Amino acid sequence: MSASDHLIPVVVSNVVEVNPIIKRFEFKHVNGDELPAFSGGAHIVVEMLDDGTKRKNPYSLMSSPFERDQYAISVRRDDTGRGGSKFMHEQVRPGMQMKISAPVNLFSLDLRARKHLMIAGGIGITPFIAQMTQADKLGVPFELHYAARSVSQAAYMDSLADRFGDHVSCYCDDQGESVDLEVLLSNQPLGTHVYVCGPKGMIERVVETASSLGWPAAHVHFEHFLAPPVGEPFEVHLAKAGIDITVGAEQSLLEAVEASGTPINCMCRGGACGQCETVVVACDGDIMHNDHWLDEEQRAAKQRIMPCVSRFRGKRLELDL
Amino acid sequence: MTIQFKDESFRGDFSYANSPSNIPRFPFPFPEDEYMYSTNIEPHHAARTGSPFENAFDVDEHYVAEMKDRALVLAEDPGRCQALPHMETAGWDFLELVMVSKARDYPDLFKLTMDGDRWHWINTPLQIDDTFTFGDSSTLPCHPMEYIGRQVQGDHAILDQRDGNLWMDAGIITAQADWSLDFDIGMNFFEWHAPVPLAHELGVFQRALKFLLTLPQGQPSRRLNWTLTVNPRLDTSPENYPKWGPDRMTVTPENIGEKIHLRVELQTFWRLPRSNAILFPIRTYLMAMNEVVTQPKWGRRLHRVMRDLRPELVEYKGLSRYHPILVEWLSQFDDGAPTSPGIFPD
Repeated sequence: MSASDHLIPVVVSNVVEVNPIIKRFEFKHVNGDELPAFSGGAHIVVEMLDDGTKRKNPYSLMSSPFERDQYAISVRRDDTGRGGSKFMHEQVRPGMQMKISAPVNLFSLDLRARKHLMIAGGIGITPFIAQMTQADKLGVPFELHYAARSVSQAAYMDSLADRFGDHVSCYCDDQGESVDLEVLLSNQPLGTHVYVCGPKGMIERVVETASSLGWPAAHVHFEHFLAPPVGEPFEVHLAKAGIDITVGAEQSLLEAVEASGTPINCMCRGGACGQCETVVVACDGDIMHNDHWLDEEQRAAKQRIMPCVSRFRGKRLELDL
Repeated sequence: MTIQFKDESFRGDFSYANSPSNIPRFPFPFPEDEYMYSTNIEPHHAARTGSPFENAFDVDEHYVAEMKDRALVLAEDPGRCQALPHMETAGWDFLELVMVSKARDYPDLFKLTMDGDRWHWINTPLQIDDTFTFGDSSTLPCHPMEYIGRQVQGDHAILDQRDGNLWMDAGIITAQADWSLDFDIGMNFFEWHAPVPLAHELGVFQRALKFLLTLPQGQPSRRLNWTLTVNPRLDTSPENYPKWGPDRMTVTPENIGEKIHLRVELQTFWRLPRSNAILFPIRTYLMAMNEVVTQPKWGRRLHRVMRDLRPELVEYKGLSRYHPILVEWLSQFDDGAPTSPGIFPD
């Protein structure tokens, strides 16, 4: 049983063009019911029926955790990806019915923190918008440092500055601005927790800088969702089901398993949560693991695979499904 | 069907007993003739009308008496209810889950009216009628976890999730089978399970933790756990060991049927929405051996389970002193016939 098997029917209540590359989508329950409460940092999985292909992508909730009449997400258009963001941008209109999963949080605030220090890059701003709303209501101090390519791409910066004033700072590449992590992390009171969501390089810099300054690892949090990568099609044998399936170039192995009707657990669909971990029965070739779940030893052993983000190149891959 | 609440005690004269109609709904914990640890977790779906699995939080004939016993324990030892400061949001999540579930499942007993954050709660069996502001602890007489914990059967631990682990950072625990919140509070999943034999080697805890860390909202799970207790005593805490430990010396072949109780925990696991914590209710059911063996399948099977129980488990569960006479006593109910699969009586 997976989280995305229990989908909530919603209607798209609003679509807003935030800037040329980002759109915001708002959902209400089709019956007008309340949606489940959630915590800042949670995501939902959105199901997309794209001309015969069923896509499911995770997006962070950016609406207030204290309002249950609607959810909001923001989607950055990626024309080189597998097509999910393009579908959202081009096909999804107000009034359309869709299905979403219940919220899942793999990036929650540590409620012991005396202060929350949030560092966002680009579209990585979205989980922090809900987290700031939560921290503000709980009365815990927070600061947001938001890096964007340009002023026009710094989505929501104006409204965040209006709501949270000096608690938010923005740094735009085209203005020659950047976050001085060393200074920022050196000047925090003990008991501060730092959270980072953005490009891989940014996450690595924050984690390394915090570590070099002696921050406890338990005070450093990052959201490391991955979009399943595109690649060459490959064949997989599902041992229990006794069938062969083909994973398309822009399809993930998880999506191909689901399309075959074979049961599989999953949750985040981004290589982070560990739910879809599957035993490899036979492998003659190379697994491109891509996940954040298995350790180096497990990857080298080729006995486990995370179907949500991993791909395969070789003669034969057989899974215990 | 209206529940007739019993006036009974879990201490002193031990007047606790199960009505004949309550016996078949007991959550007998052995689906097979032998017992070994397993993670044995299944979805907490509504199941089997009349069973303890029918509703989110089971309410039965012992409700009012159990809540009175809880109040007695808390009056003697307020340390049985503790929450670290960051667990207040989780306390509100717990309160909401119980109130919404009970009002839905038992509309004749509980009523919840929500006007924005202004909530009105009526608990008819306990004669409570309160109005408060959701999220504002100053509008309740105590911490939200304690407030609702005094109105729901079973113990409740609330586990904070961080650093890829679960931490026992809050709980209201007054009916425990020999463990202590005061000792375990602030511990992580592996620390508080450290005393359990065998299961670590079997990898049970690693699997269980992985499962719990990814527990989705809106999809609770459950499992059964068991031990034996002498006398129908709910509070078998380490703090009160001098009160209940010596009970084990009183078991004789003559009184074993009424003295020894099968003690079953219906454990459920819930992801809480605003705190992202996990609520871990441990609902205890007690049944005297004389009551258990009124169901022939259960008498037969319990004999086989007890006879073949691993020595480590006999010792860990504290049964050593009376285990041989219990097996001997149970043997009279085992006619050697096969038992049907599953836990429900034939």
